[in-house]
Amino acid sequence: MSTAHAAGETHQPVFVGPTRAQLEALFPKYPTKQSVLLPALWLVQEARGWISEGALHEVAEVLGLTPAYVKGVVTFYTMYHTHPVGRHFIQVCTTSPCNICGAEEVTKAFLRHTGCGELGATSPDGRFTVIEVECLGACGFATPVLIDDDFVEGVTPERVAGILQGYK
Amino acid sequence: MGYPHPSHAGEHPVLSKHFGDAGARTFDGWVKRGGYEGLKKALGMTRDQVVEEVKASGLRGRGGAGFPTGMKWSFMPKEVVKPHYLVCNADESEPGTFKDREIIRWTPHQLIEGCAIGAHAIGAERIYIYIRGEFTHEHRILLAAVDEAYKGGALGANVFGSGRRIDVVVHRGAGAYICGEETAMMNSIEGKRGNPRIKPPFPAVAGLWACPTTINNVETLAAAGHILRQGGAWYKGLCRGNPKSTGTKLFSVCGHVQRPGNYEVVMGTSMKELIYDMCGGMRPGRTLKAVIPGGSSVPIMTPAEVEDCLLDYEGVVAKGSMLGSGGMIVMDDSTDLVYQVMRLARFYAHESCAQCTQCREGTAWTTRILEKILAGKGRREDLDLLLDLADNMTGKTICVLSDSCAAPVVSAIRKFPAEFDAYISREKQPVMVTA
Repeated sequence: MSTAHAAGETHQPVFVGPTRAQLEALFPKYPTKQSVLLPALWLVQEARGWISEGALHEVAEVLGLTPAYVKGVVTFYTMYHTHPVGRHFIQVCTTSPCNICGAEEVTKAFLRHTGCGELGATSPDGRFTVIEVECLGACGFATPVLIDDDFVEGVTPERVAGILQGYK
Repeated sequence: MGYPHPSHAGEHPVLSKHFGDAGARTFDGWVKRGGYEGLKKALGMTRDQVVEEVKASGLRGRGGAGFPTGMKWSFMPKEVVKPHYLVCNADESEPGTFKDREIIRWTPHQLIEGCAIGAHAIGAERIYIYIRGEFTHEHRILLAAVDEAYKGGALGANVFGSGRRIDVVVHRGAGAYICGEETAMMNSIEGKRGNPRIKPPFPAVAGLWACPTTINNVETLAAAGHILRQGGAWYKGLCRGNPKSTGTKLFSVCGHVQRPGNYEVVMGTSMKELIYDMCGGMRPGRTLKAVIPGGSSVPIMTPAEVEDCLLDYEGVVAKGSMLGSGGMIVMDDSTDLVYQVMRLARFYAHESCAQCTQCREGTAWTTRILEKILAGKGRREDLDLLLDLADNMTGKTICVLSDSCAAPVVSAIRKFPAEFDAYISREKQPVMVTA
């Protein structure tokens, strides 16, 4: 079953099959349905790579919340993507502790080697999106970089090309 | 130990004893190393007895505030009328701090054991561990460890045959520094935006879903197992400085030291010993310029203040700063302090939840002024304006995020005026600031 929504796009439901089962398994862990919102949004992002308007409406419906409320929450948290990103999402920590250890040079190296050109943009081949992220909490291992779910420590500009080969 | 470096003779590894030892990560491995003995002992005691033992240890909150843990636990109602909850704050996001990550990465059962002890002490059946979304690897480790703990009997409907029910739910954050603030964290668990709440009511009265709740940091809870196993008196005896600061503390040292990492020392150890002996001091040919000792939210210290500073809550306050989370950012003479303070201000502007005007406007305005100074367009009056703004950002908002932005700015202007003068007088080349 697909539902049409305001934007006119056809949305294929996320919460079917195993993803539905994962959602159902969350309910006993919280006393209210609303509390399942963050984990439910993670399920959407894991399944689809980002949270579309259609998915947002679906989450609202299954949790008994309004789409406006869900949107307010989604946009508060920086890790939820509200638009499509590259196949591999690269986050380079550039807050002060890493910054003084050369993090901005690491960012430049990622922008150069991925062909993204600028922060937040997706490379023409759709392979990468690179952003700067605030403190990843691994300051003793400057510069930490989060590529999808892989946490890579001690990245230097020289290592960037080699690291990227692992992401097609 | 000074993970990722070998342990230094000046350290006193308790929490970090098994960092780097993958064998300690499993349930069996943890039990083999004496793990879960503290929990078993606690389950044989009453709630009050556990609280008294922790009070006797002198343990204080390791997340930054340093509030006595036993006292915090004692604020929870004696009668369980509504459900009680324990929240473990694993949202480690304070720039310079990376100790909780190491505890979870190497010794997840050390944390689960501490959580279960805390839950028992406050009469809670359910624990929410709030782990920041970026800790992908640690999230997986923690989920696996929780599974194992259920199978091993350390969690579930009848913990180690005591008849006591203790459940753990791992709740993953999604990228918001402010959710490390305890009331914002509770909102985030409830499926809301991470806006801090006005206190009172305090969490022990009305926390998660308006039920009595206690929020403790990872390192605090991890210490509980050792305190129960070896006794409050043993923990209290670990003290080299002020008797109000007891036990060991993990210090995350980063920036321009030769061996950055986590070092565990007895409270009251000298800061110089940590920076120079344990971390190997500055890189060759470099000298110390500044230290931010407690995560980025505290005043910056000069080398003179570092000189005879003791690492405990009172010792760092005596030198005009705060121990905070123990995340030490060390900066040598190659550092452009104005640029780094701008980066910190930008961090706070990015992370402001925007509820309070002083914070929403203040953090962004502070950032813009610092960017202007860096671009060679600063005026002397800008420094007064920054100080005036900082004054309006301190002690006037729901939470301390805006105070945290003001602290490094004010201390940098007061203690390192020449750094700002160099840009304002155009002696120094302007810096291209990219947004």
